[in-house]
Amino acid sequence: MFKWGSDDFSWVDFTIDVLRVLIVLGVVVGAWNTLSSGRISFAQWVNLFAAGLSQGSIYALIALGYTLVYGILLMINFAHGEVFMAGAFSTVFLAEALNRTGFLNEQPLLAILLMIMFAGLVSMSVAILLERIAYRPLRGSPRLVPLITAIGASFFLQYTFRGLYGSGFKAYPGVKALQGVIQIGGVSIPVVQIFVFCAALLLMLCLYWLVERTRIGKAMRAVSENKEVARLMGIDIDWVIMFTFGVGGFLAGSAGVINGMFRPQGVNFYMGFIPGIKAFTAAVLGGIGNIPGAMLGGLFLGVIEAIGPNLVLAGLGIPGANQLKDVIAFTMLVLVLIFRPQGILGERLSETKA
Amino acid sequence: MNMLRSQNLRIVVILGLLSGAFILYTGAVGMIAAFHEREVVNDVFSLGQLLLMLAPFVAGFSAANRLGDAGAGPTILLVSGVVVGFLTALPTIILLLFNSDEYRGLLDLTLRVIPFVVATYFAWQMYRNGRDRQLVLGSWLAIAVLIGIVTFSFALIFEIKGDLRTVLVNINRDWVEVVTFDNRRELMTGIVTLAFASVVAGLIGGIFYLIPSVPRRALLYGLGLTLLVGAFGETVRLILQENLDRDTMREIFQRDTLRQRPALMLFIISTVVGFLWAKFGQDVQTSFSNMDSSQRRVVNGVGMLVFAGILLMLPWLIGRTLSDVAVTIGIFVLMGLGLNIAIGLAGLLDLGYVTNYAVGAYILAVLTSIGPLGRLDGVFTFWMVIPVALLAAMFAGFVFAVPVLRMRGDYLAIATLGFGEIIGKLAISDWLKPLIGGAQGVQAIPKPIFLGTELKNPEQLYYIVLVASLVTLFVSVRLNNSRTGRQWMAIREDEDVATAMGIDTARAKLLAFTLSAATGGVAGAIFAAKVGTVFPNSFTVFISINVLSLIIVGGIASNPGIVVGAVVLIGMPELLREFSDFRFLMYGALLVLMMINRPQGFIPSKLVTHEVRASVKAKLATAD
Repeated sequence: MFKWGSDDFSWVDFTIDVLRVLIVLGVVVGAWNTLSSGRISFAQWVNLFAAGLSQGSIYALIALGYTLVYGILLMINFAHGEVFMAGAFSTVFLAEALNRTGFLNEQPLLAILLMIMFAGLVSMSVAILLERIAYRPLRGSPRLVPLITAIGASFFLQYTFRGLYGSGFKAYPGVKALQGVIQIGGVSIPVVQIFVFCAALLLMLCLYWLVERTRIGKAMRAVSENKEVARLMGIDIDWVIMFTFGVGGFLAGSAGVINGMFRPQGVNFYMGFIPGIKAFTAAVLGGIGNIPGAMLGGLFLGVIEAIGPNLVLAGLGIPGANQLKDVIAFTMLVLVLIFRPQGILGERLSETKA
Repeated sequence: MNMLRSQNLRIVVILGLLSGAFILYTGAVGMIAAFHEREVVNDVFSLGQLLLMLAPFVAGFSAANRLGDAGAGPTILLVSGVVVGFLTALPTIILLLFNSDEYRGLLDLTLRVIPFVVATYFAWQMYRNGRDRQLVLGSWLAIAVLIGIVTFSFALIFEIKGDLRTVLVNINRDWVEVVTFDNRRELMTGIVTLAFASVVAGLIGGIFYLIPSVPRRALLYGLGLTLLVGAFGETVRLILQENLDRDTMREIFQRDTLRQRPALMLFIISTVVGFLWAKFGQDVQTSFSNMDSSQRRVVNGVGMLVFAGILLMLPWLIGRTLSDVAVTIGIFVLMGLGLNIAIGLAGLLDLGYVTNYAVGAYILAVLTSIGPLGRLDGVFTFWMVIPVALLAAMFAGFVFAVPVLRMRGDYLAIATLGFGEIIGKLAISDWLKPLIGGAQGVQAIPKPIFLGTELKNPEQLYYIVLVASLVTLFVSVRLNNSRTGRQWMAIREDEDVATAMGIDTARAKLLAFTLSAATGGVAGAIFAAKVGTVFPNSFTVFISINVLSLIIVGGIASNPGIVVGAVVLIGMPELLREFSDFRFLMYGALLVLMMINRPQGFIPSKLVTHEVRASVKAKLATAD
């Protein structure tokens, strides 16, 4: 990063600074316009915020997979979005089966738990296979090589699942217990959003416990600190890396099911690509390699994505602002990479890591 | 001896199961059934059946190869071929049984037994390794429960849905029809046929290894050429019908497929020629390399002339339909050469290349369209707008490059991917709809006019692409050998060192981005003129992935590699329509396989080969 008056000041830094000022200006003007017009009531803001939080908790769960893998291997597992898709897409059939037997509505909690386990395990297998077949032979090669492999794996997985389950959208059956709204202080919030948020939070707490309190978690932290030394301490590196991919996959798969519950358009083979990139954004936003960072980054991104179009873009007089939700997310991605690649919580990474 | 035997058995089982998994996988994603639609030789076999037989053949051959190298005798090799063939068929046979009405219970039983078997296997392994009893029991329980959740869920799904096909859409009648060799009604006959065919193919693979090298290569050439011509029958027919009369055509082709007698003749001729080449090819090559340099230059010059002549005459040789494909290939060659400036020469992995393509296309569309969105009433012509499109794409490349100049490697890749997605979303948005038409896009783009003739046929557009590609090729070769090229190389190898050597990395990187963008812009403009309409859906991340794949497969930083990569990766799905559904499946698998086995590409540039060797050496050195 540049400092005023230092020698390495150049026109590139200047342009980037101009960009920074322009963006801040745009956000302030847009927000001011929207807020002063009073088009959107307080209750609507709260609704947007809640929707953003629940979407964000999905991103957070996926982002954890990116962060865990990056923390250990310093590689972007670009195919992680597809791992998420694998679980969500496979579990639709289980959800339909449970729905037909009536179990889904009789015992919603148990049924959803079973679905989460199933999706998690399916995604876990996909992630472990991915590691074993595509990434392990490439350990230690130049950094773009695993990234290109991951891109290839991503498309391979997408079209594999398209071949297996077909290309159409499939919707999860509705769960009665999750329909309806809860009134909180004059604002009505859909139950499903609360459920999503709580489920995601619970999973994240489990992960935190796993990483901080168990033996294997300790091994994961050791490997991410220094692989060679960890090996010398008698840690089986291959097993730890596989386990990490597995845990990331499990979280992604469960995120897939949770997400499926409130995706009216249903799931298909392409559903993982965009959330994958967004979750990567969330991971970078929170500081990649940093577990609480990924959780915060996900929530933050979800909220920005929900509020941003209405607050800023609509305020700038752009029609159809809600279509540009993804643009907001991807702009966030680029901006974070430009201005704060170490993320919100990330310590400044050394050259080798960043 | 015992060691050797168990090792052999391992190789045979692994190869057999791998090829079995391949057959099962291609069946489950629908490849086999789709390829069955295309007959290779009329009324003899289809591409799907070829795929079904090719796997055990290759696996049988490589098993024999491995065992032969380990010193096994011919009997063992043939037995291994048989075993590999049978193992190849096994997974498919099991799935056939699961899928049939009579044996459906088997699936249920298997799904219920699997967790206990697997858990017991792992527990037994742990027990043998001397872990304590409590741990073994705990692991057994944990594994059984975890796998049990999955398999019992599957059992539930299939029990309620009743049919595999409701979940796995491609395990359907067509698939059963192909893998049982048209014995869907007599399942047992079908299974026996499949097993028999597979075993024979594996056995032939084993026998193939025993044939001496020269006839083996000859047979391989013959078979390969015949199968290739058969598979691309439609393409070959289109080429031939430009040059042959109708009666001859009818003797060779039944619609799009090769008839049996011409196929046999082709096989014999190509085998004989292959035999001659395998026997004397080496001599020809040595005599060529023994020539003095002036003679060699003459031979090379004649070769170049012939090649140039073919390039120039191509549209007449191949006819309209194939010219259209050639134009598409040419557009991707253009983009490949352009993106290669960023990826291959400067080492900047740009995943948002589609941005430049879109800019070029939309600029051309908006400026020349005679439809409602073209407000300029056709004042501008194609030729006037091409430079504009080029400059606009360069400008876009510049604008998107400035913010990412400070990023490296994977972050740069993801940021450019983000740009690509942003552009795609903006193109389809309501915001820019008045300008570029939203989802409907821009219509009524006139064709280019050259010296008074409208270039509306692909045969004519071909020359535009050809000229543009040649210019790009020239520029990129000259650049690579220039001072800038050396700077790019330095940046690609190590940016810090490059900076330390006094290279203005920002300037060099910007140059790489803008130049590569310029080519993308021209490619987009030509695409717009060719198609006549521009939709946002034509500009997705898939374009970037397409271009990336062809560069990686052909060979990074290798111009001939990129051309060949484009011809194969873009041409094949266009020519074999059955393939087009699986093109991204294939690209993905290719990217992974290339990165693992051959990161320098199929036709590597000399420099990259050198670098790969150097890095392998360095790795070996550190390993020692």
